Parts: sequence; structure tokens; C-alpha cells
Amino acid sequence: MTDHLPILLLLSPLFGALVCVLFGKGNSKNAWIVSMISLGISSILSVFLLLKVLSIKAGDIRYRMGGWDPSSGYEVGIELRIDILAALIVLAVTLVGFINTIYSKTRVPAEVGEKGPFFYALIQLLIVGLCGIIMTNDAFNLYVLIEITSLTSYALIAMGNRRAALSSFNYVIMGTIGASFYLLGVGYLYIKTGTLNIDDIHTYLENENLWTSQSIIVAFILIMLGVWTKMALFPLHGWLPNAYSYAPSMTGTFMAPLMTKVMVYVMIRVMLWLFGADFVYSEDSVWSELIVWMSVVAIVAGSFLALARNDIKKMLTYLIIAEVGYMVGGAWLNSLTGQAGAFYHILSDAAMTFCLFIAASIVIIRTGESRLNAFDGLFRKMPLTMIGFTIGGLSMIGLPPTCGFFSKWYLISGGIESGHWEFVVALLFSSLINAVIFFKIFERAYFGKIKGIKEEVSVADIDMIPAEGIKSVPASMLIPLFISALSVLILGIMNKNLFSWISNALKMING
Amino acid sequence: MKFFGLLSVIIVGFLLLSATKDFPNWGDEDSPANSGPVSSFYIEKTEEKTKVPNMVTAVLADYRGYDTMFETVVIFIAGIGIIAVLRTYGSNESIPKNQVGDEGAGLLARMTCSLILPFIQLFALYVVAHGHHSPGGGFQGGVMLGASYILLALAYGLARAKSCFSEKRTLVFAALGIFIYVGWGVLCLVMGSEFLNYSALDSILPGGVEMARSHSMLAVEIGVALTVTAIMFSMFSNLSTKGRLDKGL
Amino acid sequence: MDIIIASFLEDSIVPKFNYWIYVILMMIGLYAMITKNNLIKKLIGMAIFQTAIILLYVSVGVKADANIPIISHHGEKDHVEHAQNENLDSASEASSHHGSKKEHHVIDKNKFANPLPHVLMLTAIVVGVSTLGLALAISQKVHGSFGTLEEDEILDQLRPGGYD
Repeated sequence: MTDHLPILLLLSPLFGALVCVLFGKGNSKNAWIVSMISLGISSILSVFLLLKVLSIKAGDIRYRMGGWDPSSGYEVGIELRIDILAALIVLAVTLVGFINTIYSKTRVPAEVGEKGPFFYALIQLLIVGLCGIIMTNDAFNLYVLIEITSLTSYALIAMGNRRAALSSFNYVIMGTIGASFYLLGVGYLYIKTGTLNIDDIHTYLENENLWTSQSIIVAFILIMLGVWTKMALFPLHGWLPNAYSYAPSMTGTFMAPLMTKVMVYVMIRVMLWLFGADFVYSEDSVWSELIVWMSVVAIVAGSFLALARNDIKKMLTYLIIAEVGYMVGGAWLNSLTGQAGAFYHILSDAAMTFCLFIAASIVIIRTGESRLNAFDGLFRKMPLTMIGFTIGGLSMIGLPPTCGFFSKWYLISGGIESGHWEFVVALLFSSLINAVIFFKIFERAYFGKIKGIKEEVSVADIDMIPAEGIKSVPASMLIPLFISALSVLILGIMNKNLFSWISNALKMING
Repeated sequence: MKFFGLLSVIIVGFLLLSATKDFPNWGDEDSPANSGPVSSFYIEKTEEKTKVPNMVTAVLADYRGYDTMFETVVIFIAGIGIIAVLRTYGSNESIPKNQVGDEGAGLLARMTCSLILPFIQLFALYVVAHGHHSPGGGFQGGVMLGASYILLALAYGLARAKSCFSEKRTLVFAALGIFIYVGWGVLCLVMGSEFLNYSALDSILPGGVEMARSHSMLAVEIGVALTVTAIMFSMFSNLSTKGRLDKGL
Repeated sequence: MDIIIASFLEDSIVPKFNYWIYVILMMIGLYAMITKNNLIKKLIGMAIFQTAIILLYVSVGVKADANIPIISHHGEKDHVEHAQNENLDSASEASSHHGSKKEHHVIDKNKFANPLPHVLMLTAIVVGVSTLGLALAISQKVHGSFGTLEEDEILDQLRPGGYD
């Protein structure tokens, strides 16, 4: 049965979604139970999948859909391919999904009302899509799954207030452009190679030596443009801040840690597996240097924009944009340490963004205020929430026991190894700005005066969230916060193991 | 904004055209896509391996059946996404008076509809069932079947169509369709083979391994058709009433 | 000059006209998506963009003298009946009907169009329809809460209340 682990962990949330839809309107409680069960199963299966991949010393798990064997060396069906990297991210996705469902328990009735079952169905389908993206080895199947994640996120975001609907519309436009560019790129590759399997495309390009062909270069640029739009790399980031900050809070807490990171994973996969390191980092290509500089711009711009925001969630979303710059830059450094650092940062960023978003949502819901002055005096009133927020913030700054320190460490050493000093400087600079941002909040929270419940909620944007006043936070919101804060620390403590797993897996592809 | 838009569109256009100079010509039989091993395998081996003369259906429902499963899920997501975004429950005040009410369209349109509806539905079922042998399949047939209910709603009013296909029923049908598709794949798992490996079902389906594949394609196409029918009607009824599901266009 | 244009026409445009048409359509769609002020016009641009991609894929699968990728038995009807009369004892006609004559009949792959692009584009069409449907629902929600579908008017409404 362990052969079928990859597909079983996809099917569990898929069936869960079908059952949730059958509950129809209003039955949020049952839908919650169903999605807890289905995502719990899925998380357990992904732990087993990781253990199984780790037990295989070399290579990866392949799973052929429909049992179609290759014909004259080319895959005719669709193939799944799971290595350590994929298994780690699948585990992160399913765990975040599961923990976020705990968080959703009290928020769903408050924020989406009777449509709760549809919310749970959509979020489970989103998890199906994300896990599918990570595991598939077929370029076109990847497109279909990207569209599954996009469509579910459009709907999940638009379930919020009127600003959310408008941001979701912009996301539809940008997301469709991104996905269509990806599809065009795949089309160009198909025209030149006649196959859609990622490994087969690579083999064909290698055999025919098509690396200098204009159409392959254009295909590469198109796929990169598409993926960058989806992951909100700096000049293409326009849709992200509004979409994530106006979405219902439990949508934001799920999508902010995962969506951009999975697309970064797709980018690394396209770079190293589909095209190969020789083509991507080749000396005579124009892009290698350019993209590291683009990531530097993204890091600096994201940090500055975050510093300028007075809205908690907006600030966090601009920090995500800076983090995307870290990962893109790390992947393009042309050093194994840099790639491993980028990959490590996918995991640690997922953990710390999750932690920060949950903490921020609790603060916003409890104080009824979405600006930074919500934090005034909160260490005294909401000490538990603030501990979680502090751990996430320290990780964002990059202080030692947390995972943020270690992933940044590897990114910086990658930058030094490959001589990209501008990237090192940008990382240190952005850490400095993060320190300014978070210590400003800590100061407010420690010394500021408590205002209590605000009389009038001036910001029209939070009209969906009732100001319930500062009182005890339900366990269903605190437990996810603590698990995520703990995972920030665990990912930091396990850095030796994680780094060796990741770099071993990357060594296999880099040769 | 307009200028930068135009500029970026032209840059993208040139980029795309610059790649076409080493592309195969129109109708080239020897291009990698047309003569490669994957395409040749589909053309030469499909009938031998699956006994389905329509290669498109075979590739869709068997070789790339995993893709098609997610395609059905995409339709399903669109349907429940529209409900999640748009549907409003409760009081149905403020119905614009200028909309055609529940009585639907005029006598002529209603008579015509009642005459052609059975034929549309019969043809849709034929398209679903005969998708292996002629152009057609679950998506095409499902869309036609969905269109027949939309026509009913246009001619006789949404209430009449909803009496055939209530909201609850659309959701059940949509979920059932995916359940058939995925369940068929799980059946293959249970029989000890890979997901969607229909050849494992030859012990419970008549006619050997090849016919098992052929029959399984029909089964999953029926699942697809159910989902598409339900979601098409659900999309129409929600979009045409702004999610109130009270009175149609 | 005329010769250059003529040779360009002969080498790059006429034999590759499908790519030119798709790029022009795509540019129209992308331009509408980026610059149009009305949300529905943006969606129309999106539909054109997606149609252009479908055109690209389908035009790749075309072969000069090929037919649709469905193996037709009409032409060989006499042959089939003949074969069946010869072996009257052959049981289970229904199941072996299609396969029996395939053994002595090799399929010429140049007689059939490439089926794979058709399958891929069936998927892309479905995705396009779903995106369009959902986007229309979202724009209805936008219209419901802002009362307009013009982007600048919506942004004007948002400006007093904490526009970013």
C-alpha cells in the first residue's frame, strides 16, 4: 500500500471536499469535522511519504498514473515524482492546512457565515492543487494544477468584503496572465520536443542540443515570467498585498505562507530539472546576473514598502514580497549552498509567515483595529499571543534559535561563495529593516497604553470582522499559533539535518 | 498606463514571434510534436491497446486521465466558487421589476422549447455515450445537457427549471460526477493496481483488458458529464440572478 | 526592397501564418487585459488571450493531408463483412469487432492529426470557461458593492477611506 502514498494523500482532501459540499449551506460544524479528518489523514500520509523517501538512499519515488509504461523511452501517461524536497514541501502544505483548519473553527461562522462548507471544500481543493503541483512530473499537468490553486484562491479571497472582491478581480487578471504565459512556454517546449514529461523534455533538449535555439530561450523566459507573476516577484507583485490582507482571515493565514512558496518551488524545479543548471547558469546568458539584481531590488523595495505601511497585514504582505526576493535570489546564485538556502527558506518562511499571520489576525480580531497602534500595550493584555508574534518576528529578523537565522545564514554563505556581494548586502540590509519594524512593534506592545475597544471602527475594510474587544482568545486560535511558533524553533534546531537532506537532493540533480 | 501597456504588449509580441523562426511550418508532418514517439504511440497503438477508435477520447480519459480528473475538479471549483462568492441566502426583496418574471418567455418560444428539448437531451446523451467512436465525450455532452436546462429556464422561468434541478440537486450531481471519476480510479487501486489503471478491472468488466479500458472510459465520461451538466446550470442560475436564485433573466 | 519583403513573406509569414495570427490575437487580448478600464472588457480580453493560446496549440497538431484523429471503419466496411462471413464461428463479435481486422492493417500516422494538442486544449478550454465564470461572479459582486464596473470610478470611491 505504501506504493500508493502520493495519490492517497491527494485523494483524502478531494473526498473531504466532496463531502463538505454535500452538507450544503449552514452546516459549518460538520464540514469542519470532515476537513479535520481528511487533512489529518493527509498530514499523516505525508509524514509516511517523507519517511519513505528518506529511507531510499538515492533517487526518488515515481508513480505512473494509469500504469502506462514509457514507449520508446518517452512517457505516454502522467507521472508523479517525489524526492526529499517535494516530500518536505508536501508535508509543510498538509500540516499548515491541518493547523489552519483548527484556526478556522471559530472564524468561519464569524466571517463567511452560512457558506462555511463551501469554504472548507475550497480550501481542501486548494491543498489538493498545491500537493499536486509539488508532486507532478508533467509540464501540462502542472498548468492544470496551477489553475486549480488559482481558481480556489480567487474564490476564497472574494468571499471577503467588497475590497476583497476587487483585489480578487485584480488577482484573476494577473493570475491568468501568469498562467497563460506558463502555458505558452510549455507550448513552445512541446512544439520543439514533442513531449510534456519534465525529464523527457530535458533529455530531448540534451540529445538534440537545442540549448541555443531561440524558441527554447523564449520558452524559458515565458515560463519564468509566468511563475514570477504567480509568486509576486517585485515588479509583478501588484496583486498580492491587497488580496492577502482583505481576504477572510483564515484564507489569509493559509495562503500567505504557502502560495508564493510553492511557486518558488516550481521555479526551482523548472530551472534545475526541466532546463538544467548548465543552461540556466550558462556564462553567456544575459539573465543570470540580471535576475540576482532583480531579486536585490525586490528585497530592498519589499523591505522599504513594509516599513512605510501602517497596516499590520499590509506590512506583513510586503515582507512576503521581500522574502520572495530572498528565495529567487538564492536560487539564481549558482551555488549549491545558495540553492539549498533558498529551499530551506521556503520551509522556514512558510513557518514564520504562518505564525505571524495567525498572531496578527488574532490581534486584529480582538482589538478591532488593523493599524499598528493595535499593538499598544498588548504584552500585558494578550501575553500568549504576543509570545507567538515575538517568535515569528525574531525569526523574520533572523536571530539565532529560530529557523529564519539559519536559512538566511545559508543564503548569505551562498552569496559569498558565488561572489554576489550585492545580494549579501541586500539581505543584511533587509534584516536591519525587519529589526526596525519588529522592534518598533515590540516597543509599542511593551510600553504603549492600552486603548481597549475602539468606539468607532473607522476603517471600512474591517467591516466583516466584529470588534469583540480584548478578552481571552479561544484555544482554537492559540493552539495553531503555538504549533507554528514551535515549528519555527524546531525548523531552526533541525537545521543540520534539513540542510544535509536538501543539499543531498540538490547534489543529485546538479551532478 | 495606455502607453506602457502598449509597449509591453508589443515587446511580448516580438518575443513570441522571434521564437517562431525555428518552428515547424504549418501542417508539417515531420515536426517533433507530430512525429515524435509520444504522438506516434497515441496514433498507432491506441486502438490496439484500448479498442477505442477515437484517439482524443482515449488520450483524454486514459493516458492523461489524471489531467482530466483535475479538469473536472476545475469545473467543480468554478461552480462552488461562484456559489461561495455570489450566493445570498434569505430575504429576496428588491427584485427589479423590469426583469421577465417567472412566467418565462412568450408562447411561441415555450412551444418551440418543449418541442426541441427532448431532442437536445437525447443528442447530448448520445454525444456522451458515443464519445469513444465519434467526436464527443463527457464535456461536450455535459455542456449540451446543461444548456438544455438553461433553455428550460429561459423559456419557462427559473422556478420551472429549478423544480427539475434544485440547488441541492445540482450540488449532489456535481459531487457525484467527481465521485464516479475518482471512485473509478480508487477501484483500480483496490484491485491492486495504480490509480486510474483501468486494466486492473478486467476481472469485473466483460471483454478482456482492452475492453475494460474502453468501458472504464465510458464510466469516467459519464462522471464528467454529470458534473459539467450540474455546474453549467448552477453557473447560469447564480450569475443570472446575482446569486439570489429567485427569478431568472 | 521588394525582393526582401517578398522573401520575408515567403519564408516567414506564409508558411508560418498560424503563429502570426495567434500572436496578433494574443496581443489584442493582453492589451485589453492591461489597459481597459471596464472590468468586463478586461474579461473579454482574457477570453481572447486564452483563445489565442488554443489556436497556437491546435495549429501545431495539424498535418497537411491528415484527417481527424478518429479511426474510421466506414471505408473498410465490405472488408469487415467479408472477414466476418469467412469465420462464422468467431464468437463474441461485439467485443472483438474492432480489434479483429487491426492485425492485418497498419495505421499510417500521417493520415491522422496529432491528438495530443486537442486533448490539451480541451483542458485549456474548460479552465478558460471556469476562470471566466468565476471572474464574472466576482465582477458581479464588485458591481453589487460599488455600483459600477469602471475601474477609475471604483478607485475614486475607495480613496477617502484609506486608499493605499
